[in-house]
Amino acid sequence: MVEGWFTGDGDDFRLLGTRCSACGSVFFPREDTFCRNPGCQGGALAEVPLSRRGRVWSYTDSRYRPPSPYVTEPELPWEPYTLIAVELAAERIVVLGQAVPGITVADLAVGMEVEAVPGVLHEDARTTWTTWRWRPTGVTR
Amino acid sequence: MTAEVAVLGAGMHPWGKWGRSFVEYGVAAARAALVDAGVDWRDVDAIVGADTVRGGYPGYVAGATFARALGWQGARVTSVYAACASGAQAIGAARAQILAGLADVVLVVGADAAPKGFFRPAGGDRPDDPDWLRFRVLGATNPTYFGLYARRRMAVHGDTPEDFAQVKVKNSAMGALNPNARYRKRVTAQEVAASAVVADPLRLLDICATSDGGAALVLSSLDFARRHGVARPVRISAVSTVSPRYPTTVLDLPDIATDSAAAVEPAGEPFRASIAHAAYEEAGVGPDDLSLAEVYDLSTALELQWYEDLGLCAEGEAAKLLREGATAPGGRIPVNPSGGLSSFGEAVPAQAIAQVCEVTWQLRGQAGERQVAGARVAVTANQGLFGHGSAVVAVR
Ligand SMILES: [Zn+2]
Repeated sequence: MVEGWFTGDGDDFRLLGTRCSACGSVFFPREDTFCRNPGCQGGALAEVPLSRRGRVWSYTDSRYRPPSPYVTEPELPWEPYTLIAVELAAERIVVLGQAVPGITVADLAVGMEVEAVPGVLHEDARTTWTTWRWRPTGVTR
Repeated sequence: MTAEVAVLGAGMHPWGKWGRSFVEYGVAAARAALVDAGVDWRDVDAIVGADTVRGGYPGYVAGATFARALGWQGARVTSVYAACASGAQAIGAARAQILAGLADVVLVVGADAAPKGFFRPAGGDRPDDPDWLRFRVLGATNPTYFGLYARRRMAVHGDTPEDFAQVKVKNSAMGALNPNARYRKRVTAQEVAASAVVADPLRLLDICATSDGGAALVLSSLDFARRHGVARPVRISAVSTVSPRYPTTVLDLPDIATDSAAAVEPAGEPFRASIAHAAYEEAGVGPDDLSLAEVYDLSTALELQWYEDLGLCAEGEAAKLLREGATAPGGRIPVNPSGGLSSFGEAVPAQAIAQVCEVTWQLRGQAGERQVAGARVAVTANQGLFGHGSAVVAVR
């Protein structure tokens, strides 16, 4: 979907951010132009993989079909999906993402451990748009 | 403390789904405010419009659009866009012109004709726009962010969906008394609980709708007000338009992630609290001085968050404050006596101006059945997409 936001498969899957060489600030989605730390004169921004696992900061779901540019099949009934905001301890950052299909709000609690896994956002005859998903650790589906 | 400006007039076009152009709503509100002020439009030195991006091209230049509709008379013109904070920034721009001596009397106008359903970003493929990205990549509507905040409050502070529903019960009772409100029906906790879940744990009646509406103010220098025969006008003593401080550690619209706090320790005060703090400091007042507050209750749970960010109670104590009745009419600090956005709905560029209209009427003792007895000091608070903070302190 968006270039360079994640990489790898299976256990090697990682979200990709960038880190400022001058002050150590980490950015996700990746910041390739400016370091946004107001106390930093600006350094080179290098790609860095983020922690694979984090803890649930909060979660919700989307019981109504979101408008475009989210892509859905309007002729199909709407299937709600779950959104999880995840706190990554090492980076001290909270990253929002969809849960893997099948995980509902009833399966979640704030503080629960989750991990980033690859997923498919949408596909048509020509293109598959890949994305990241959050999955509670220990869940294998 | 900064010098004050006078609120000479306030006016609104009722909120609702009227199916007309934002220009009509804005002009109706402007004319009402001018009549209220007893000022002829031709004597207004400057007009500031809060922009809508939903009314087509003229919306981007709202100041001139309203000026043309009212009749070109040569006034200095300004247009501002700051999402939900547009109205407060329009007030801020008007105040700055008055305090700088560039204008004696300024008309501030905001109006919108909102689309049905969820707000959505402008069209086209625009992956450089965080607002576009959160929809495209996550389908994250505004209510999903409100759901995240509500669930977080439940986990950290022990708030319950029943607490959230009580905010709606309180605000709908006030909205029922407000002729400018869109929803004028009292809502019960059972009705909230029976409404459909939109973004867990929030239900339809926890979340504010989109609406059409307009609001306007006539602001002037204190000297002009005196010459105009208004000895004790409602005065604006602060307009806070602060931005966040890096790193922001609370996930906020429209971002997909927070700033990382790995390299820089976050300030102790979260962004919303800093909005109120800046206003208090400028006005030389504190939360204990307040008679009432108007806050953006985009969701019921978000109203509780504002109690804490405005310093009406300690962190985590908002539901307790609500349960005690402190924020209800007759309580220590009534919040959203207008009925709030839950009764009005969102007409984005108008709503921060509408908040100041309400506190003006309250401070003058003209709020009818909604009147907060003996109101002397009021604060309004909101937050606009992309890091626009806004709060106004008005006194009498
Ligand atoms: Zn840096």
